[in-house]
Amino acid sequence: MTTATDVKAAETGTHKRRLMSNNDSMIFAGLVLFGILGPILFPNYTFQIAVLWLMVLFALTWDIMGGQMGYNSLGNIFFFGAGMYICAIVQVGLFTDVGAYTSVSGQGNFKFTPDQYYIGVAVGLVAAAIGSSLLAVALGWIVFGLRGPYFAIGTLGMALAAGELIGAWGWVGGGSGIPMPVYPGSGDGKSYFFYVLCFAAAIATFLFLKWLYSTQFGLAINAIRDDEGKAEAMGVHTLRHKTVAWAVSAFFLGIAGGLFGNMTGFIEPLEVAFPTITFGIFMVAMALLGGKGTIWGPVLGAILFHIVKEVTWTYFLGWQWVALGVIIIINIIYFQQGIVGWLQEKYPGWFGIEVDERARAEAPAKGAAQ
Amino acid sequence: MSNLIEVRNVSKAFGGVVANHDISITVPEGKITGLIGPNGSGKTTLFNSIVGYHPIDSGSIKFKGAEISKKKVQQIARLGMLRTFQQTRIYSLMNCVDNMLISVPHRDAAFFDMFKPYPNEMREKAEDLLEFVGLYEKRKLRAGDLSFGQQKLLEFAMALMNEPEVLLLDEPTAGINPTLINGLIDRLKRANTDFGITLFVIEHNMRVIMNMADTIYCLAHGELLAEGAPSEIQNDQRVIDAYLGAH
Repeated sequence: MTTATDVKAAETGTHKRRLMSNNDSMIFAGLVLFGILGPILFPNYTFQIAVLWLMVLFALTWDIMGGQMGYNSLGNIFFFGAGMYICAIVQVGLFTDVGAYTSVSGQGNFKFTPDQYYIGVAVGLVAAAIGSSLLAVALGWIVFGLRGPYFAIGTLGMALAAGELIGAWGWVGGGSGIPMPVYPGSGDGKSYFFYVLCFAAAIATFLFLKWLYSTQFGLAINAIRDDEGKAEAMGVHTLRHKTVAWAVSAFFLGIAGGLFGNMTGFIEPLEVAFPTITFGIFMVAMALLGGKGTIWGPVLGAILFHIVKEVTWTYFLGWQWVALGVIIIINIIYFQQGIVGWLQEKYPGWFGIEVDERARAEAPAKGAAQ
Repeated sequence: MSNLIEVRNVSKAFGGVVANHDISITVPEGKITGLIGPNGSGKTTLFNSIVGYHPIDSGSIKFKGAEISKKKVQQIARLGMLRTFQQTRIYSLMNCVDNMLISVPHRDAAFFDMFKPYPNEMREKAEDLLEFVGLYEKRKLRAGDLSFGQQKLLEFAMALMNEPEVLLLDEPTAGINPTLINGLIDRLKRANTDFGITLFVIEHNMRVIMNMADTIYCLAHGELLAEGAPSEIQNDQRVIDAYLGAH
């Protein structure tokens, strides 16, 4: 290989090849720093910050499909609930009979030893992640026949139906739910334990997606977003990519569900496991607010959304839904590209995007940096 | 010289509208075959039938001797038969290089290949082909920001990136300004001679098709009207009546 081709290759691949640019690394470091210091500086808000990390995870996983691939799913919350139930069943089922544990007479009578608790959580989370992914693969066979708004409504129906079906399934406690194994330690200990896991899950999701979008997979799902018919005509294995995209979403959402179930301590189908109109819609709203189809958009959107939500919930109780509704309406009608999407249009050079040379020539100072 | 595509007695109707009736066409390997006809004569329908967009009502379509009329679009594309679109279709939010990279052949793509980065040779090839069609300077621009003519060139380059054996081009020069057309004819011919790609071209621009094609088929009202060398077609009274008109 000659030096000339090396130079050419290096020139084309600079920001694609490296996993993170300097700007990205700095923002990421700031995020991690906040993750570590947050619960130390604001110990009373440990639970809220833990939920914040789950929100980041929600928005990121929704964006795989909705942003990067152009398939707006309204039913991704299904995998959150599925993960929650799989995790709970494994945690209980490893050590006692699930049917007896969840029955009305036996509600939560079984006491778990600390070892049983930690083993249960570990195995349960792994099972939740894998189980949810497998469900995504199976359901993908059915719902990927749907396009556009039909896909959105189909997936929404799937999540709603799941809540009702679980509610009618006696073995897992039906509508009265499952009391989760009790954390063997203090309340603060529990907060920190799950805080660390939520934080780790969100960071792992971010890094995994950052890598995933840099591979051939990333381009393929972008191509499906831009023109799926064209991608098919070019021989791209579209179903394969769509299924993997959904399975990746489901993998991390399954973990999030398992964690959230344990944090709340009690799970039931409609409000906790399959909260379609809260978390299910939040994940869409957050990704749209921050900017769908970007890696930082969902992160930023989740943080802003969560702060607004917590503030309105605390200080303007009764108006919180109005505030959220206003944000969503303004976002969708006037600001569809979201915050990061808007920044990309305004300052493409920050993101390594090139615009027409003639336009660049008129404003040479900014674009050159990247 | 074998026939790459063999269409035998293909018929296709949409409800009561017969788009193609009993059409037989062969596309010989290494040649440029043209397809002309008035608007609505069934040219694009025939293209769509060949590449598997819709099932045909009767007849047979063979690619390299194997029946493909029951296969799906993606499978046929992976066999090495590719088409471009009348309404140019590119990935508008991705830049030109990415448009090229996603167009690499997917024939032998194993499941886990999707998690690999693109090798440097692919990037070089992408840039070389962009240079070939004259879009190297625009390679980092978003494809959707290109002019229509440039998008057509990009779509053509993407098709070359896919290394097809046969390329079905649906009106490659439509919407391209006259000065660019000569360059495009030259590149289409070079795709045929230098890259060894068999071409099957729908075209309304008579100067282009008469200049390029070895054999031309003419459709009218969904039926095959005539076939022959460009000079024969130009002088065929039926073609003149139905399509070319008197000069």
